[in-house]
Amino acid sequence: VISSGINAEYGGNGIVGAQVPVGAGIAFGHKYKGDGKVCIALYGDGAANQGQVFEAYNLAALFKVPCLFTCENNHYGMGTSDVRAAANPLYYTRGDAVPGIKMDGMNILAVREFTKAVTDWMRAGNGPVVAEVETYRYYGHSMSDPGTSYRTRDEVQEVRKTKDPITMVRSMMVEGELATEAELKELDGECRKIVDDATKFARESPELDTHEMFNTIYTDMDGSRIRGSDSMTYGIHSP
Amino acid sequence: GINAEYGDFWQDCCASRVFNTPLTEQGIIGFGIGAAAAGSTAIAEIQFADYIFPGFDQLVNEAAKYRYRSGNEYDCGRLTVRAPWGAVGHGALYHSQSPEAYFAHTPGLKIVVPRGPIQAKGLLLSCILDNNPCIFFEPKILYRLAAEEVPLGTYTIPLSQAEIVRQGTDVTMIGWGTVVHVLLEVASMAEEQLGVSCEVIDLQTIAPYDAQTIEASVKKTGKAMVVHEAPLTQGFGAEIAARLQEKCFLHLEAPVQRVAGWDTPFPYIYEPFYLPDKWRCLDTVKKLVDFM
Repeated sequence: VISSGINAEYGGNGIVGAQVPVGAGIAFGHKYKGDGKVCIALYGDGAANQGQVFEAYNLAALFKVPCLFTCENNHYGMGTSDVRAAANPLYYTRGDAVPGIKMDGMNILAVREFTKAVTDWMRAGNGPVVAEVETYRYYGHSMSDPGTSYRTRDEVQEVRKTKDPITMVRSMMVEGELATEAELKELDGECRKIVDDATKFARESPELDTHEMFNTIYTDMDGSRIRGSDSMTYGIHSP
Repeated sequence: GINAEYGDFWQDCCASRVFNTPLTEQGIIGFGIGAAAAGSTAIAEIQFADYIFPGFDQLVNEAAKYRYRSGNEYDCGRLTVRAPWGAVGHGALYHSQSPEAYFAHTPGLKIVVPRGPIQAKGLLLSCILDNNPCIFFEPKILYRLAAEEVPLGTYTIPLSQAEIVRQGTDVTMIGWGTVVHVLLEVASMAEEQLGVSCEVIDLQTIAPYDAQTIEASVKKTGKAMVVHEAPLTQGFGAEIAARLQEKCFLHLEAPVQRVAGWDTPFPYIYEPFYLPDKWRCLDTVKKLVDFM
């Protein structure tokens, strides 16, 4: 996943690691345009071993681009633990000439303050940073992965009990008297309603028409024919 | 692997010979080429064929050209690359691709696609034993769907040999992998509904392909269609169509037809509309038969 500036999300995709050189490029674009924006390129501990990630680090360092390379280390690349995938599992050091920093991804305040500090540092023209944000994945990697064949249930429960970030914030807020349990419960209810409403909307929305299959493949090609599925059938490219 | 391809056998017998790697396709293939060049039989798995592209340079510029550029002084013939391939129902852009056309364009590589468990075993063993670098694409939808009585002993199915899976006299249908099953169904439908007798050919080896078998069939029927999931433009069907019109021109009663995926990225929600399904194929049979 890559984001830059405020509210500019470039999304993620199935080819993990591919977004990292792109993130370096986006950061370069911002530096070139002088718009003061930075890019945060996120990838997991699995993708952290892809070759193109290291090419991106090198390019970013050479051209001093404001890219925050962030490895979200949840300790498992699908079913392979981080220590089995990397000869050097200290992912924040993998940037070599790019300075690295490790932080606790389960602490929301730490993440906020760290991000502010590092992005300010990058905006000042100091070049890229590699961050390793330590976190955890409760469920499996995908619907095909139960998530229990490569680790114990006890391990998952332990993290849930002692390190869950939302639980941590709740305790902080209640102990610091920023909110009462009742207020937090109400907040929970509001969140649940937002999710339920969104689910309902999604389920009840009509299916897209098939001509939408032919949009946005190119730009400025609207009206042109999209071939397939046989030599006599065409779709029409639309915006 | 994600489809439990290796089961538990590797833990029992040979953890030093069957092992996981990090997420690093270019490295995996380069590593495999090296191991093969040093004399080991190397079988490199890429989790999904959609992920093979970081290794494209290694396959095209290294593996394919190794023997040629060294004047046969060294080679990586002991390399086989395996990858799950093709549509699976919910794979979307990056878990559904059929990239055989990119590799078939590279002399030096062999590309093989089985249509089921019996062919998978025989063809994979042939690839492993073959002294050229081979890419073995496995239709992933068949991992859980297909069940056959596979002989326990060792057997091989020869490479570069197409198989006539159903004999017929009126239309030649050429496909590989999952689509062969679609074509067999269409052949039954064509017989019932149109009284048309279709010959279904499983190409099996995409490169180098068995032109003799398909040419002989098309000279017999006079009508040909090639079907594949990959997009129409520049899919491997284009090569076959060019070849057939060149070699069988005077025998053809209709232009060679191709039924394929659309020229779009493989869509998520539109998968049923994207694939060359039995209705599109049957429609093409009708077009062929009605042409004259």
